[in-house]
Amino acid sequence: MTKLQFVDFGGTARVVEAPVGSTVMEAAIKNAVPGIEAECGGACACATCHVYIDDAWQAIVGPPTSMEEDMLDFAYDVRPNSRLSCQIKVTDQLDGLIVHTPERQA
Amino acid sequence: MSDVIKTDALIVGAGPVGLFAVFELGLLDIKSHLVDILPKIGGQCAELYPEKPIYDIPGFPSVTGQGLIDNLMKQIEPFHPEFHLSEMVASVESIGTDTAPLFRVTTDAATQFETKSLIIAAGGGSFQPKKPPIPEIDTYEEKSVFYAVRRMEDLRGRDVLIVGGGDSALDWTLNLQPIARRVTLMHRRDEFRAAPHSVEQMRSLVAEGKMDLRIGQVTGLRGDHGLLSSALCRGTDNAEFEISCNAMLPFFGLTMKLGPIANWGLSLSENLVPVDTEKFETSTPGIFAIGDINTYPGKLKLILSGFHEGALAAQRVYRYVYPDKRLTFQYTTSSSSLQKKLGVEG
Repeated sequence: MTKLQFVDFGGTARVVEAPVGSTVMEAAIKNAVPGIEAECGGACACATCHVYIDDAWQAIVGPPTSMEEDMLDFAYDVRPNSRLSCQIKVTDQLDGLIVHTPERQA
Repeated sequence: MSDVIKTDALIVGAGPVGLFAVFELGLLDIKSHLVDILPKIGGQCAELYPEKPIYDIPGFPSVTGQGLIDNLMKQIEPFHPEFHLSEMVASVESIGTDTAPLFRVTTDAATQFETKSLIIAAGGGSFQPKKPPIPEIDTYEEKSVFYAVRRMEDLRGRDVLIVGGGDSALDWTLNLQPIARRVTLMHRRDEFRAAPHSVEQMRSLVAEGKMDLRIGQVTGLRGDHGLLSSALCRGTDNAEFEISCNAMLPFFGLTMKLGPIANWGLSLSENLVPVDTEKFETSTPGIFAIGDINTYPGKLKLILSGFHEGALAAQRVYRYVYPDKRLTFQYTTSSSSLQKKLGVEG
């Protein structure tokens, strides 16, 4: 299990556990983390699981793929550290990952 | 005002579940009309993931979203469903009784139906344009900020700012460039997911000096009483700049909102419609909810659950449509009368 921390727009942090191989979005939905909608269910087709990667974690998480970049065009308030959480696979390296959820998803 | 369309069943939502309901209703001699806010048939399958394979449709180890819709359309062809696309059901008025329901349903395009049953198969709700995070944008909407182009003529001679990088943004850039005074396309990066051919055309117009392309995001609007005079923007290098414009068209895709269903007098639970699990009927007799939009103990948001729900709802609709007839359960494999309806009788 990998621990992931979601910090919402108001600054409230929630820590959830995610199995290696699942996605950050799945962990959020399973634990009812507010601020992640995931309308399309993880198909990289809706941009409603948008998160900002914490500065300290950007190098480890890495940049979005080009398909994900295309989908990020649809996200609300895109920033250089924007990712879609359905496209981030949970690995051991991500233990302790901090992501911030945007003010809203759409 | 057009004539009122009288029908046995009106299905709200032309996604997979709404389409299969046409089949189950059709086997029981119940004719369906369908209304969908999108200009095309297929709901999320066609809009969100037409090319993505679905692996949990019984009998199909793998089928794409569009493939499933195409097959469903073929399957329901014998029942001649009538589609009313690009329309949203705006109001529902009950004009019948609990034992003989009848509803007057009006769409935002003023189409009127009188239906004996209303089947809500609206999935995640209605698709509506996403709004960009710009303060006070709502005060400009429909006056100088538009999420869709209804009449191109309205934009003739105007300074138009188009925001986005997909097909809608590029198509409207190319369509409006000849008639607008000046078109500026703004996108957050210098790569476009729109069709490469449109992107090429746009780039050559820019090279010829016939339009502008700016990379950045709109952060604020300037204007008076909803009439835009300029957009405040920030580039990738965080440099601020201003673009003079009197019309803005943001194209950031679609999102799903429950929409007017909330005003139909149904009891809702967290934006879902509670139903029983025998008939998938709502708190209002004659109004059913099937697929992702409904909720009940143990609900799974799967397409296959929606198919099952449609089949059971159809049984109940039959009692409203044919109150004096007895319904005998039949199989398509063996019933010659069902096979006749399907046009496959041997």
